[in-house]
Amino acid sequence: MSKKAVSTAGPTEEANVSCPAQNAQAPINALLSKEERIELHRKMVRIRRFEERSLRAYQAKKIGGFLHLYIGQEAVAVGCCSLMGKNDHVITAYRDHGHAIAVGMDTKALMAELYGKITGCSKGKGGSMHYFAPSLNYWGGHGIVGGQIPLGTGLAYAVKYKKLKGAAMAFMGDGAVNQGAVHEAYNLAALWNLPVIFVVENNGYSMGTSQARSSAGPGLAQRAEAYGMNWGTCFGHDIYEVRATMDKFLTLAREKNQPSVVEIDTYRYRGHSVADPDKTYRTREEIEEYRRTKDPIQLFQNALLAEGVLTEARIEQIDAEAKAEADLAADFAEASPFPTAEDIQKDVYWETDNPAQRASKGRLFFD
Amino acid sequence: MPVITYREAIRAALAEEIARDENVVLMGEEVAQFHGAYKVSEGLLEKFGPDRIVDTPISEAGFIGMGVGASMLGIRPVMELMFWSFYSVAFDQILNNAANVRYMSGGLINCPIVIRGPANGGTNVGATHSHTPENVLANHPGVKVIVPATAADAKGLLKSAIRDNDPCFFLENTILYGEKGEVSDDPELLIPLGVADVKRQGSDLTIVTYGRCVLHSLAAAAILEKEHDISVEVVDLRTIRPLDFDTVLASVKKTHRVLVVEEQKPFASVGSQLAYLIQREAFDELDGPIHRLATIDAPAIYSPPVEVEQLPNPQRVLKAALAALA
Repeated sequence: MSKKAVSTAGPTEEANVSCPAQNAQAPINALLSKEERIELHRKMVRIRRFEERSLRAYQAKKIGGFLHLYIGQEAVAVGCCSLMGKNDHVITAYRDHGHAIAVGMDTKALMAELYGKITGCSKGKGGSMHYFAPSLNYWGGHGIVGGQIPLGTGLAYAVKYKKLKGAAMAFMGDGAVNQGAVHEAYNLAALWNLPVIFVVENNGYSMGTSQARSSAGPGLAQRAEAYGMNWGTCFGHDIYEVRATMDKFLTLAREKNQPSVVEIDTYRYRGHSVADPDKTYRTREEIEEYRRTKDPIQLFQNALLAEGVLTEARIEQIDAEAKAEADLAADFAEASPFPTAEDIQKDVYWETDNPAQRASKGRLFFD
Repeated sequence: MPVITYREAIRAALAEEIARDENVVLMGEEVAQFHGAYKVSEGLLEKFGPDRIVDTPISEAGFIGMGVGASMLGIRPVMELMFWSFYSVAFDQILNNAANVRYMSGGLINCPIVIRGPANGGTNVGATHSHTPENVLANHPGVKVIVPATAADAKGLLKSAIRDNDPCFFLENTILYGEKGEVSDDPELLIPLGVADVKRQGSDLTIVTYGRCVLHSLAAAAILEKEHDISVEVVDLRTIRPLDFDTVLASVKKTHRVLVVEEQKPFASVGSQLAYLIQREAFDELDGPIHRLATIDAPAIYSPPVEVEQLPNPQRVLKAALAALA
C-alpha cells in the first residue's frame, strides 16, 4: 500500500488477487462480446504458435542473432494492447514479438524479418529485437535495456502536445528498472503530467539474475512513489485482470494526463534468449509449476469454457489455425528473397530515399 | 543587411522557425526562464510561451530521448545541450535511438530532431566541458553534422536543420557567440546543408577547415599574404556530413597543397577522413603531403594561457601553413 496519499490509483486489494471470474466482471471485461473474448484467446495462441515455430527455425539455423521468446507472458501484451484506442501508442524492448502480434502486425512479415528477408517488416534490417509498425502505433522493438523508456515518454509528450486524448504504454522488463534512463523518464513524466504508463513486465529474471539479486527495495512499481506517480501491480497470468488493471491507469492517463507505473507479474518459460542454457539460475520444477498452474492461455481457456464462450472443438480449431498460420509464415519467409547489397544503404536517410525532395547537397555516404 | 551576433543569428533562426511551424519546440536546460546558459534563447519564452520554450531538468538522457520519441510522432524538437560535452550521458539516445531508428524500421520512422549547443575548447573549463564530438557523431550513418563559423551561416544552416527530416546535430561555439556579421532577415533565406563556402580565394595553399578554425585560418592567411606573399584559399566546410567534397577537390586542383585545420584531437578526426579522401581522389594533383593542424593530443588542459597553445590558433596555423609549403 502506498504510504503517501499521492496515488489516486495505487495498489488495491483486488489488484493483487487473482480471480478470473471476478475480473471478468470488471466493466472493461463485462462489455466484451463473445467474439472479442475469443479473439483475445486466439491472439495469445497465435503468439505462442508463432514463437514455437520461430524457435524451430532458429534451431534449423534459419534465423541469426538473438531470439528472445515471449512464451508464458502472452496475456500481458494481448491484454494491454487490446485496450488501445486510436491515439494510444506502444513501445517495448527486445522481447517484442508478442506485442507486435497483439497490435495486429502480419505474422508473415514478422517471420520474414527473423529470416532476414526483404519482405520482413523492417526489410531484414532490424531483426528479432527491432519490430516496428508506426501505422499501428507500434514504435518498436528496442535493443538496449531501458533505452526505449524515454522514447515512450516522448510519444506521450507528443500526444499531449497535439492535444489528443491518448496514452503511451512503455513496456520494459524487470531488469530495466535499474537503468538511469528509466528514472529520468519517470521524473519527466511526473513533472510534466504526461499520459504514459510504464509497464514493468516482471518475469522474475533480468536475464539470469533474479529480482532479489538485482533490485533493492520493497517492489518495482512502488518506486513510482518517489516521483509522486500512481502505481499498481497485477497478476499477469490472467488476461481479464491485466485488462481491468490497465484500463484504470489508461483512463487516468487519457483523461487526466496522469502517468503511472504498473508492475505485471508474469513468467517466461524459455531462456532469456535461445542461447540461454536456462539451467543455472532457476529449476525445472519452477518452470513446470508455472506451466501447470498459471499458464495464461490455459487459465483464459478455462474461463471461456466455463463461460460457455469456447468449446473444446473450437479450441482445437483455433490452435490448428494458429499452427497453420505460423507454418505459412515460415514458408513465406523461406520463399522470400534476401535484401541485396544495394539495399544496405537504403533507409538510412530520409533525404537519400526521397531524392526528388532532397534539400541538402554533398556526400552522405563514404567508402 | 543587419549586423548581428552569432548568438542573435541562432536566436533569429529559432524564432522564425518556431513562428513558422507549430510543431517546432525548443527544449533544454535553462532555455526558458533563465534565457539560456549562453543567452541564445533570450526573450523566446516571453514571445512564444512555455509550451514552445521548455525548461528541462538536468537529465540529458531523459529529455533527449523524450525528444527523439516525440519526433517519431511528428514533433520537431530543437534540443539544447548546454554543452555538447554532455552528449556522453545521452549517448544511447542520440546515437542508438536517433541515428538508427529509421534504418531499423526499414525506413518507416523518421526522426526530425535537432540537437544543438556549443562544442569547443578555449574557455578554460577543463576536459569535461571541452569536447568537439563532430567526428564521433559523423561516424554514425543516419545523422547530419553541422559546424557553422559565422553568424550568417549559423542562421541559414540552423533553419535548414530544423526543416530537415533526418536527425541533425548542430555544433556551436561559445567563443563565437559574440562575433558579429551581416545576416539577412529574410525568413526564407536558408543555407542548404552540405555546401562548403570558400571564405577566401587563393592560389598557393588550400586550408580546409570549419568552425572557429575558419577565423584562425583567415587571420593566418592575411599574415601569410602580407608578410610572406603567399596566397591561401580557405575552404569552410560548414557541414561535416553531408560533406561538400567537390568544393574541396576543386580547391586542391587549383593550389596543389593542402593543410587541414581542425579543433579536434588528431586520432580518427574529421581531418583524418579528409586526408584519406583527398589522397584517394586527387593524388596526382598533390605537390606534397597533406598536412594537418589539430588540437594537441591530450585532454583539454585548464591552464588558460596554455590552453590557447593546445588549440589551433592563428600563429599555429601560420607555422603549419609554412611547413606545408616547404
